[in-house]
Amino acid sequence: MMAADSALLLGLVEEFVLGQQDRKAVDTATELKAGQFTILQLVEALGLHLTSSQPQTRGRGVQLLSNVLQECYGDLTEREVKVLIVFYENRLKDHYVITPHVIQGLKALTKCSVLPPGSAVSILKSLFQDIHVQSLMLAERSCVYNILIQLMESRESELKGLGADFVFGFVQSVDGERDPRNLLLAFHIARKIVHEGYDLGKFTEELFEVTSCYFPIDFSPPANDPHGITQEELVLALRVVLTGTPRFAEFLLPLIIEKLDSDVQSAKLDSLQTLTACASVYEHKDLAQFLPGLWASLRREVFQTASERVESAGLAAVGTLTACLSRSVLNSDSEDSLNVFLELVLKDCQHHLCEPDLKLVWPSAKLLQATSTASYRASHRVAAAVLPSLIEQYNSRTQCAQRRTLLEVLQGFVHPVTSSEEDESVLLDFRQSLCSIVFSALSESNADLQITSMRLLTALGQQTGLLLESDVELAVDHLTRLILEEGDPKVSLAVVECAGALARLHPAAFISKMVPRLKEEIFSEPMAQGDSATPSREHSQQAVRQRCVAALAAVSSRPSLVQESTPVLLQVLTSAHTGTGAFSLEEVISVCHSLQKIAEQAQDTEETGGVFHDVIPRLLGLALQAALQGSSGHCSPILEETVLSAMVPIISTTCARLQSRLAGQTASLAVSLFLDGDVSFLPENAFPTQIQLLKVRFQCWSQSQMVCLLMGCVCWLPRTVEVPQMDRLLLELEELSCTCDHPLSYTSAAKCYAGLVNKSPAGEVLDSLIDRTLKRISTELDSASSPVRTQAFTLLLWVSKALLLRYHPLSTALTDKLFSLLSDPELGWLAADGFSLLMSDSPDVLNRGSHADVRIMYRQRFFTENSAKLVEGFNAAVQEKKSGYLKALSHIVNNLPRQVQLTELPALLPLLLEALSCPDQGVQVSTLSCLQPVLLDPPSALITQLEVLVGRTLALTTSPTMKVRIASLRCIHALSRFPEHEIMPFRARVLRALAAPLDDHKRVVRSEAAVARNEWFLLGSPGGR
Amino acid sequence: MSGGARLENANPLIFQRTGERLQTANDEDEDVADPIDDREIFDLIRSINDPEHPLSLEELNVVEQVRVRVDDQENTVGVEFTPTIPHCSMATLIGLSIKVKLLRSLPERFKIDVHITPGTHASEDAVNKQLADKERVAAALENSQLLEVVNQCLISNARTG
Repeated sequence: MMAADSALLLGLVEEFVLGQQDRKAVDTATELKAGQFTILQLVEALGLHLTSSQPQTRGRGVQLLSNVLQECYGDLTEREVKVLIVFYENRLKDHYVITPHVIQGLKALTKCSVLPPGSAVSILKSLFQDIHVQSLMLAERSCVYNILIQLMESRESELKGLGADFVFGFVQSVDGERDPRNLLLAFHIARKIVHEGYDLGKFTEELFEVTSCYFPIDFSPPANDPHGITQEELVLALRVVLTGTPRFAEFLLPLIIEKLDSDVQSAKLDSLQTLTACASVYEHKDLAQFLPGLWASLRREVFQTASERVESAGLAAVGTLTACLSRSVLNSDSEDSLNVFLELVLKDCQHHLCEPDLKLVWPSAKLLQATSTASYRASHRVAAAVLPSLIEQYNSRTQCAQRRTLLEVLQGFVHPVTSSEEDESVLLDFRQSLCSIVFSALSESNADLQITSMRLLTALGQQTGLLLESDVELAVDHLTRLILEEGDPKVSLAVVECAGALARLHPAAFISKMVPRLKEEIFSEPMAQGDSATPSREHSQQAVRQRCVAALAAVSSRPSLVQESTPVLLQVLTSAHTGTGAFSLEEVISVCHSLQKIAEQAQDTEETGGVFHDVIPRLLGLALQAALQGSSGHCSPILEETVLSAMVPIISTTCARLQSRLAGQTASLAVSLFLDGDVSFLPENAFPTQIQLLKVRFQCWSQSQMVCLLMGCVCWLPRTVEVPQMDRLLLELEELSCTCDHPLSYTSAAKCYAGLVNKSPAGEVLDSLIDRTLKRISTELDSASSPVRTQAFTLLLWVSKALLLRYHPLSTALTDKLFSLLSDPELGWLAADGFSLLMSDSPDVLNRGSHADVRIMYRQRFFTENSAKLVEGFNAAVQEKKSGYLKALSHIVNNLPRQVQLTELPALLPLLLEALSCPDQGVQVSTLSCLQPVLLDPPSALITQLEVLVGRTLALTTSPTMKVRIASLRCIHALSRFPEHEIMPFRARVLRALAAPLDDHKRVVRSEAAVARNEWFLLGSPGGR
Repeated sequence: MSGGARLENANPLIFQRTGERLQTANDEDEDVADPIDDREIFDLIRSINDPEHPLSLEELNVVEQVRVRVDDQENTVGVEFTPTIPHCSMATLIGLSIKVKLLRSLPERFKIDVHITPGTHASEDAVNKQLADKERVAAALENSQLLEVVNQCLISNARTG
């Protein structure tokens, strides 16, 4: 070393050790890394201080060395490390004030990749021998644990060579640890010991004791805990240790049995979950001797608990135990512990299934079902023991309620048994009895029995071999009869569900038996005309037809069934159009809904898509016939807006799912129909050749409104499908939307235009198209005398939405136009409501289902970019225009995710409070519903405004609008959860004010008032909150 | 009540809870007045907690809809409740909880009568008398220990809302 460097080094050492300048450690490390001196030279330079008679000075010397090592342990050679380890191990025997620095240094050394062989063992031996870990401070204890973790990672085999001494050393170091951060480290080490095959030797019990003493963990982190350790984290870390090895079984299982006795619910839950976890790694021999004790505790928890969580944890444990016992391979001399366990369960539960009052039938059944779902063997044993008596009881009991309970219990045994394919169903022996029970219950007149038996029937149908073909046919007959005869809505719903499930598995019986019968019913002539056809009978016939239509939709999941059912439904539409069948408007609409449902169900198979594809030309043809017929003669229901709107989703759902070849075909047919009047592809082609559907002519809305069907078709196609003649189509749509005076026509044209624009590729073509449209819209809007301002506004709104969704740069120009309309005398109110449309999902166009380009964060983005504009506009507006801004604001805020609402609320609070006193009821409802979730977790900004908030909200509880009353009462309810000292001053006033809505004429309002008032009564009252 | 005390009826029969009342079109129609009916009163009291068990009065069959009578025109409400066992010492407390819940939840115009289902409790008359006496009810609610227990019964739990 040169003299100059030597002086530098000595200087740094002096300044750190005697001068107490901590940052010199960093300088020393920097110089060392720069090669000015070596680590051993540093030790030499420290020499005097390290041998000082003052422990503090020695400590300071070691501290410098350790600090430097933490920076540059990576640069050391093996020889240097060897020397340093010997040095540090010696220092462990020194004065206690030095120990923390020694441990720091050792920690740095253990990270060296060149740690010489054998040194890991020697470090640990010294640590375990010379240090009493639990008398160290928190940080040093953590250091020791980290040394262990580090060495376990890098020197696993050396540590395993230490044998059980390593485990013993760990047990001694951790015994008595109390800090949750260190416990997480300790549990981590214990987990590695248990899971990675360290030799526990004779210290198994010690290791278990030192960890299990924390079980069950009860830890509530202090408020504002910066470390973020949760009870859950500790529980899981400890559970992995305790359940890690079957060698703990003899200690853990008695502990669990003991802790299950606890009164604390979280302790119970933890014990049950731990049991579930260990049963999945244990073998039967680990469990055998504890089975009676475990069962007694588990049974008690399920029989007597009031908590659903404890109950389901208990059932899960029973299931896992059974599964564990079922897995085990038996020796010739061991008894079958599965049988032993099942005997216990059956002995305690079976008789409850046959008690005359059926008391405790449910907990018993759940326990038995938990065991029977666990394994094939268990299900065999349980079914054989339980089913005969259940079946016999069902047949001998007479009370409906009891028979229903028995049916539900039976269903529980049928439902979950999922046997693997080779095993035949354990229920095969009981097939016949179960079927006859189901069919007898189906013939009962009691609705509950019918419903439960249909659930059982569905469950039986899911298992192979339980329903023979003849059973399925009988079942279909029963279901058909119920559809035709049972008016109870609950029963109808159950029939539809059951038929839907069975039809998926057994379509043939439905095709041959149910569909023809339903068709016959749908087209049956109304009962004899004249006085016998009273309104109520007519009504009931309609109800039957509605059920038939709903059932047809429900069973149509298989292509073969779709092929049978859709023609029936289409025929209803045709005959409604021609007027041959007496179908009401509602019936026509419900037929449309059924067709839509079929289209939705058909998503999975290509085949069904193909079958259904033909439906589009049929619908277009029908609509066109109706449109051409116009208002002459019989007025077709297909002309009605409600019917057309119900037809749109049939077309759109189908189009959205078409394969690309069919989709392209459909697109070009639809476009050529609407642009060129090409009718060649329509069925029953008897149309005139000169059709121009998109042209505006006087009094011709019946044709122009068909544009909504075009929208359902072209706007829903997958984005890869190219729509032909796009430019011309857009031009004609724009023209129609800007000139037509029929609302459905111009709105649909605007939507269709917007849907296409949203999917158009970005670029100059699109930009110039938007420019052109915006100019036209602006011209109309700016001329106060224009007759089509509403139309221009509608187009503006939809195009804004189309562009906003895809983050198109031009969207700002359009939305700014909308903002400016807020103060328009004619359109202001419409514009304010338009923001609701802009921010919410539209069901018929521009949504994800239609493959539109929708960016996920568009609402937040719009809000961030525009909230300031709104506030400015509000402040600048004259008094009578202010409510429009409030309305727009409440629409926007209402549609924001809650997290964003919370962060933005303080800035908007004055405006929202203002909105509460705005006379518009729509604004009131939407402001209240936006405030209510925020009140559940009130930000401090709200607390300072309580007086205003309470006053205005209470005033709204007597609003003439029911929705406002309900929303305000919900807010008052939420206010009761505010910090008690803040709201106590309002208690008397709120209680007085809430007396009035208790006598509201609407029940829903009364019940909200009662709930809120009771909460406020509990406030500040003994035993309350 | 308190965790350590022995329960009088440790293993009661548990009954199913009624579902939420189904909403009808009339319920949403602003112009239709909904009269206060038996079910509405029953919905107010069915979720009251039993003082002894972590169960509701409905689950223990202490209250049933058929034992509730309301006359919206005449401003009267009558509720009969059935203690789980004839010697139940909690009968007065249960009656008081029902009464307080109704007092807090119904318009002032109603006269509220809460009494034990005839023939189901050993000291039926005494309990009924206490519950019918306005002043004794008021005095009971002045007693903060009693009020605490009543309030505990009335705290809505997450299950029943």
